[in-house]
Amino acid sequence: MPVTDITKDVDNRTLTITAEFAAPVERVWSLYEDPRQLEQVWGPPDYPATFVDHDLRPGSRTTYFMTSPEGEKFAGYWDITGVEQGSRITFRDGFANEDLTPNPDLPISENVYAFESVGGGTRAVYMSTYDSAEALQTVLDMGMEEGARSSINQIDGFLAQDATAR
Amino acid sequence: MNETTEDTADAMFHALSDRTRRDILRRVLAGEHSVTTLAAKYDMSFAAVQKHVAVLEKAGLLTKRRNGREQLASGDVQAVRSVASMLDELEGVWRGRVARIEALLTEEN
Repeated sequence: MPVTDITKDVDNRTLTITAEFAAPVERVWSLYEDPRQLEQVWGPPDYPATFVDHDLRPGSRTTYFMTSPEGEKFAGYWDITGVEQGSRITFRDGFANEDLTPNPDLPISENVYAFESVGGGTRAVYMSTYDSAEALQTVLDMGMEEGARSSINQIDGFLAQDATAR
Repeated sequence: MNETTEDTADAMFHALSDRTRRDILRRVLAGEHSVTTLAAKYDMSFAAVQKHVAVLEKAGLLTKRRNGREQLASGDVQAVRSVASMLDELEGVWRGRVARIEALLTEEN
């Protein structure tokens, strides 16, 4: 498995995933520059992503939408705040309206993606931080789910919690 | 699972099966809203929105309180998910993403 480490910081609502890929860092970086490749990896197969605008440069805004199996569209955007060519991207990921303009009522996550060369391969560190429990909730509700799995987990989690409370 | 938890699961699945109710839940999870404010967001009658709110309340996803003439609704985040379980779900999303990146990178070799 390419995932080598997962760190969850509940107090700061931060998830950090470390993965190693058997491809040079330039190759992995090029995936983030190319919207056609990015959309192949962003959403799960049953929630395919379409990137509309994407130019990996500080100050630029990426727009995308994901389509649910029922055809419901969930739009999002990235405000790219920093790019260190070949090694680091920082951006705010938020939700957008149907016309792809940012929806200020919905939460934003802060993201840092970092890449480094490790023995001919690439180590990637993906860090996402959410403002609040509600923000995390909304992100999970808005089509970031891997199919129905998470709604089932949600119910299981709820029932487990409910049972503990009794 | 006993009958009560089965009933709770039924109510929750039912409540979340409707797009408007999911949308209402998103709003009230972000903060308390009066039912009147919520009703103004949708192209349906106040009574219809009130009914959706009642379904969410019955499922334990939303709580209501009265303030004078207003009914104020807020989402029960704890009832829905703990932060830890939400991070677990996000981990699932990321594992999927990393697997897709690996597949894409492997494809071309």
